[in-house]
Amino acid sequence: MSKVDLVRRPMPKQEPAERVRNFDEVALGYPAELAREEAARCLTCKKPGCVDGCPVGIDIPGFLGSVAAGDFGAAIRTVKQTNALPAVCGRVCPQEEQCERNCVLGKKGDPLAIGRLERFVADREAQEGPGQPPPLPPPNGRAIAVVGSGPAGITVAADLALRGYAVTMFEALHEAGGVLTYGIPEFRLPKAIVRREVDYVRSLGVELRLDFVVGKTRTIERLQESFDAIFVGAGAGLPWFLEIPGENLNGVYSANEYLTRCNLMRGFRFPAFDTPLKRSARVAVFGGGNVAMDSARTALRLGADEVHIVYRRSKAELPARAEEAENAEEEGVIFDYLTLPVRLIGERGWLTGIECRRMELGEPDASGRRRPVEIPGSEFVMAMDASVCAIGNSPNPLIPMTTPGLEVGKRGNIVADDDTGRTSRERVWAGGDVVTGAATVISAMGAGRRAARSIHEALSGQAAP
Amino acid sequence: MVTIVERRMIVPNVHLLTVAAPEVAESARPGNFIILRPDEQGERIPLTIADWDTAAGTVSSIFVQVGASTAKLARLKAGDTIPSYAGPLGNETEIANFGTVLLIGGCYGLGSLYPIARALTAAGNKVYAMIEARSSYLLYWQERLAAVVERLIVVTRDGSRGYKGHVTRLSEILALEKISPDRVIAHGCTFQMMTVAKETKPLGIKTIVSMNPIMIDGTGMCGVCRLTVAGQTKFACVDGPEFDGHEVDWEEFFARREGYSAEENEPLHRSGCASHF
Ligand SMILES: Cc1cc2nc3c(=O)[nH]c(=O)nc-3n(C[C@H](O)[C@H](O)[C@H](O)COP(=O)(O)OP(=O)(O)OC[C@H]3O[C@@H](n4cnc5c(N)ncnc54)[C@H](O)[C@@H]3O)c2cc1C
Ligand SMILES: Cc1cc2nc3c(=O)[nH]c(=O)nc-3n(C[C@H](O)[C@H](O)[C@H](O)COP(=O)(O)OP(=O)(O)OC[C@H]3O[C@@H](n4cnc5c(N)ncnc54)[C@H](O)[C@@H]3O)c2cc1C
Ligand code: SF4
Ligand code: SF4
Ligand code: FES
Repeated sequence: MSKVDLVRRPMPKQEPAERVRNFDEVALGYPAELAREEAARCLTCKKPGCVDGCPVGIDIPGFLGSVAAGDFGAAIRTVKQTNALPAVCGRVCPQEEQCERNCVLGKKGDPLAIGRLERFVADREAQEGPGQPPPLPPPNGRAIAVVGSGPAGITVAADLALRGYAVTMFEALHEAGGVLTYGIPEFRLPKAIVRREVDYVRSLGVELRLDFVVGKTRTIERLQESFDAIFVGAGAGLPWFLEIPGENLNGVYSANEYLTRCNLMRGFRFPAFDTPLKRSARVAVFGGGNVAMDSARTALRLGADEVHIVYRRSKAELPARAEEAENAEEEGVIFDYLTLPVRLIGERGWLTGIECRRMELGEPDASGRRRPVEIPGSEFVMAMDASVCAIGNSPNPLIPMTTPGLEVGKRGNIVADDDTGRTSRERVWAGGDVVTGAATVISAMGAGRRAARSIHEALSGQAAP
Repeated sequence: MVTIVERRMIVPNVHLLTVAAPEVAESARPGNFIILRPDEQGERIPLTIADWDTAAGTVSSIFVQVGASTAKLARLKAGDTIPSYAGPLGNETEIANFGTVLLIGGCYGLGSLYPIARALTAAGNKVYAMIEARSSYLLYWQERLAAVVERLIVVTRDGSRGYKGHVTRLSEILALEKISPDRVIAHGCTFQMMTVAKETKPLGIKTIVSMNPIMIDGTGMCGVCRLTVAGQTKFACVDGPEFDGHEVDWEEFFARREGYSAEENEPLHRSGCASHF
């Protein structure tokens, strides 16, 4: 046996100085030769830990073997058996905490670049034009309504369409894709990719109804008159704020507003598109997750001179994907760790500065992370003309508000069974962020997959394969 | 995508927009609004529903041409399509038998109050409507409103019809008209709604106003429509748009409404009241 290759092949990226001036994708993807070399590092483990780490259980050694052999068509077919959105997951999954964390190669060297290769095979397939949709079984006469066209809804719609159901997917906004469309920026997930995935689902016969706000345009109760089952994947809702003075000043954004203006409404192309987005000179982003990184990097690309991430814990606790925090740092985002905003200061209705307090790390808290403790008297002011609050959301409130008999948890989330997605209401299933609170693309898809199976079992009376 | 059934200027700068949207018509309730995009590059803008016809499957709004999006709308004609039209959004107006209700409207409020007047009258209230404009030629839908209320009271800034002046004369007009409302509902011009709330506060009359902040999604996702009511942050699209006018932080609201005014086109033509938008 040849020597184990412990070095991960680097993926080409746009140079930082270049990329902060455009909205094009930062990571450029492997060329075929590098992809095959990287895939060839796989040891084809008998008990592959990587597969256990993947929430949708992709046959990872299987598809890597095909890549190494240069059979990219076989590779993508293997991936698509369990993952409807490989081009998306390959880009945005927190791989280092999932599949790649469990890779044996990681014990001595670099874990296999599973996500990058998943992306590679998906992009490769796309280059060959729209493929043939898989053969569909004859219609089984049952109708399913899917509420929301994010990753959870897309997965349910695809899975059930492939089982012969007539699926209608209702989306409140004017474009499908959920957070993939309005939240995650173009430079990390090109919208053309999202559109391609949505087109694929439609090619399976799924009817997409945009600008249809379930609960308002029609209630769940009313939809139940014409649909045999309903899946609710309504995603995240109202943004949380820090609840400090000054948060209703102009120039103070929630990340949802900031990113929606830029992505969904194409604010970065104002005035070609009508929705404006202010060019701010100094921007502070509160939070340390992916949403905070996306907001900060968006601010840079919109022309800010200085962008700060203000995070109350230290670098070690940063919840964002390591790769994204690194990208942000390379691009010149300034990280103010152990810093807590305490007051937003304004003049004539507009933000002019933020007052912060320094923190130090104390005893570990319930989550096991060391709790930040305020240092008295350490207040200081930073001049800022915009701030973006990226500290999370509550689940979307519309469906719970308008659906009697739907049990809702303390945080406003829809209560649904973990294994099946069943809610307290007859013939209504739910999954994704509206159930769990803000999570990940792949976990929303996992929930969609389980719900689709449960819906099929309930409607057909048979166990799903 | 929806098709325009009618788009007509009904008084200078004020337009009626009727579209075919059967599902919205079926679910519409007084006080609801819709969000539309006039074209593929357009903003999402909210408009209150001024009427609907379930049988015909149509929904109408009254809009004032103030900036780019409403200018685009004003160029459309019957048979044209617009890419997005979503609704009905927001909570409906609370309809119950309150006794005597005074509706006060300016600008697009003359239209959006109409379904409220109809529903309140049907619920057994004595309903009065006070409508205000700069001059009599800017008034519209008077016959319609008159048909569903006890009495229509007209106020014009130039005195060309009805009382001369502004809603600041509210308590005086109430005395002259011998009306003592149990509830006031104001729609339309933000400045006028604030003025009404100030006038009714010392009189102790519960006053409902329909807030019109900047919005994007209208579904409780983006948070831009927030305002402070009774010291708490509220989101107009899901918690409102109607709130108790005595509890709204008006100063903050005006500051937030101006958030994008430098970027937006200068309003082409200001109709109605002094600080209309
Ligand atoms: C900026 C940002 C960056 C992120 N980065 C990552 C990342 O790198 N990796 C990762 O794994 N995850 C990331 N996430 C999280 C991930 O995007 C979400 O967990 C995931 O999208 C949740 O999917 P979902 O299908 O539950 O809901 P969503 O994607 O939120 O979709 C819900 C959809 O339902 C629609 N809807 C809501 N209410 C209604 C209604 N009443 N009627 C009709 N339609 C309705 C909404 O408009 C929306 O389109 C990020 C999130 C954000 C905001
Ligand atoms: C719940 C609600 C109901 C409304 N109902 C009506 C109605 O029935 N008829 C009507 O004529 N208008 C209504 N409005 C106001 C209407 O949405 C704005 O006039 C419209 O968005 C202006 O768009 P524009 O591009 O033409 O003007 P812009 O050039 O965008 O702006 C002109 C002025 O309008 C304000 N404005 C800008 N965008 C918005 C926005 N999204 N929401 C509110 N104000 C904004 C700005 O402060 C600016 O001063 C309503 C607003 C809300 C929130
Ligand atoms: S879907 Fe995500 S977790 Fe699964 S293999 Fe792909 S990148 Fe890894
Ligand atoms: S754990 Fe690593 S080496 Fe083993 S099969 Fe998975 S990817 Fe290959
Ligand atoms: S308009 Fe976005 S939350 Fe109300």
